[in-house]
Amino acid sequence: MTDQRKNGNRIRKIINNDNTVGYVFAMPFILGFLGFSLIPMITSFVYSFTDMTFGAKEINFIGLENFKELLHDSIFLKSLRVTFKYVIISVPLKLSFALLVAFLLTRKSKMVTLYRSLYYIPSLVGGSVAVALVWKQIFARKGLFNVVWKQIFGAEAAVNWFGDERLAMYPLILMSVWQFGSSMIIFAAGLKEIPESYYEAAMIDGANGFQRFLRITLPCLSPIILYNLIMQTISAFMVFTQAQIITEGKPNNATMMYALYVYNNAIKYSKMGYACAMSWVMLVIMSIVTFFIFKSSRKWVFSEADS
Amino acid sequence: MKTKKIILKIFYHAFVLAFGFCMIYPVLWMISGAFKDNQQILNGGLKLIPKTVVTTNFATGWKGFGGITFTTFFKNSIILTTLATAGTLISSAFVSYALSRIRFKGRGFWFSCMLMTMMLPGQIIMIPSFLIWHKLKLVGTFVPLVLPYFFGQAFFIYQMMQFMKGIPKELDEAAKIDGCSKYGLFFKIILPLLKPSIITTIIIQFYWKWDDYMGPLLYIHSPRLMPVSLAIKQFADPSSITDYGSMFAMSSLSLIPVFLIFLFFNRYLVQGIGTSGLKG
Repeated sequence: MTDQRKNGNRIRKIINNDNTVGYVFAMPFILGFLGFSLIPMITSFVYSFTDMTFGAKEINFIGLENFKELLHDSIFLKSLRVTFKYVIISVPLKLSFALLVAFLLTRKSKMVTLYRSLYYIPSLVGGSVAVALVWKQIFARKGLFNVVWKQIFGAEAAVNWFGDERLAMYPLILMSVWQFGSSMIIFAAGLKEIPESYYEAAMIDGANGFQRFLRITLPCLSPIILYNLIMQTISAFMVFTQAQIITEGKPNNATMMYALYVYNNAIKYSKMGYACAMSWVMLVIMSIVTFFIFKSSRKWVFSEADS
Repeated sequence: MKTKKIILKIFYHAFVLAFGFCMIYPVLWMISGAFKDNQQILNGGLKLIPKTVVTTNFATGWKGFGGITFTTFFKNSIILTTLATAGTLISSAFVSYALSRIRFKGRGFWFSCMLMTMMLPGQIIMIPSFLIWHKLKLVGTFVPLVLPYFFGQAFFIYQMMQFMKGIPKELDEAAKIDGCSKYGLFFKIILPLLKPSIITTIIIQFYWKWDDYMGPLLYIHSPRLMPVSLAIKQFADPSSITDYGSMFAMSSLSLIPVFLIFLFFNRYLVQGIGTSGLKG
């Protein structure tokens, strides 16, 4: 009788031990991390050294051949250039817009909530296929843009957005910048945290609006700018849906975004090993970029402790 | 001085409204396109109000293709979204509780793993995951699109952890004194208090899953199982003439759930994004 109770107590103790409780609750993540992140990553790493194709019976280890081939793959090199161009133009523009609008909408007015919702709508729907299809129509040869151009200027429009290698990227960039809403809301939340007294003090010192923005708003917001910059850079590097639906990488691979080229290699050409190698190159590039952003942030991000 | 202030105020509101109108113009144009015929869409220009209102687009569009109607596509979307959202919610709440409230061995390690997966873009593991699902003979089913969500989503775990920080630790102590176990603490105290964070999770995960295009593109090939996002893409098939009216009609319908949720849960969404950040 007492033995049974002792056993029961012991079992209860084990069950309620912090280690047991912790692992019971964390179990979904641990299993998921192993199964859906770690194993795929290791598999991908191994495959990147093979000539694996989809449905092939045998897989050969080919060492660094895939990586060597990448250096001679003109479409790959172009997709790298194109993706960098997309990131470098779209991310700063998007963040500037987000910050500017967030700043404009800090006034104490009942309408501000409504305005914020209005400006957030593009972010809300922008990722959908529906809006991508609209974009495709707007900038098509006979699309809305050219029709309106013709109505205004009378002349036949000469802008062939998706037919011109130099221009095809810009509708995609515009679409990304257009979706500045979620960054804007993050900025708005940050702006609210800046103490009113800072601005009052600056006003007494005779600082004008622009100086206040430069000397108070920007430094106080810098940690949030860093967060937005990193999140937006990562997602811009990985842009897929828009490129796949709107341009399919055309013309002449001028909008062949990196993720799209990986997808094409894997699914269209079934070169799985090669696509895995590309994924790893991307991961390395993105890690380097993120690392440099973090490194540079020491120079421009102000924390409360510094000041 | 006072008139100057009023003029400035009017100017400000007019500018913000006008710019806002330009911002949502493409969306409005799409909705109005649902009520125009091809001729009006292609040549009508910027006009939002159709010359003659066409309502047949909805009926034609709803027919879908290959004998499969949009009833099926919407049903698929709803199933996928509901399952994935429910999975995310349950698993992420569990994990966030462990990582933020329980001191167990290896907590720091698993927390770093969680942060790592948050920064890791899905596209990197897209190909190997596809191969694994293929080996398990599950490509062409909903499983790859749903099952992973039952194992915690880093972004939401992090968001819930941030929220849990605000729940006073004294509650834990009080519960302990009352004889409540750590399991009871989660279900009876933490979970009910987590409600705002849970609503944010539901909304954001709903949006992501509803709009998801890459996942279905990879795993779903038979029209019978397609979600709406993939189905409306078929309207723009390069091999046939695009029926813009039907495309815009179905596109508009596909956005209705998104707008409805935005309308009713606006507050939670804005809070959620403000505190934790939303990709996109």
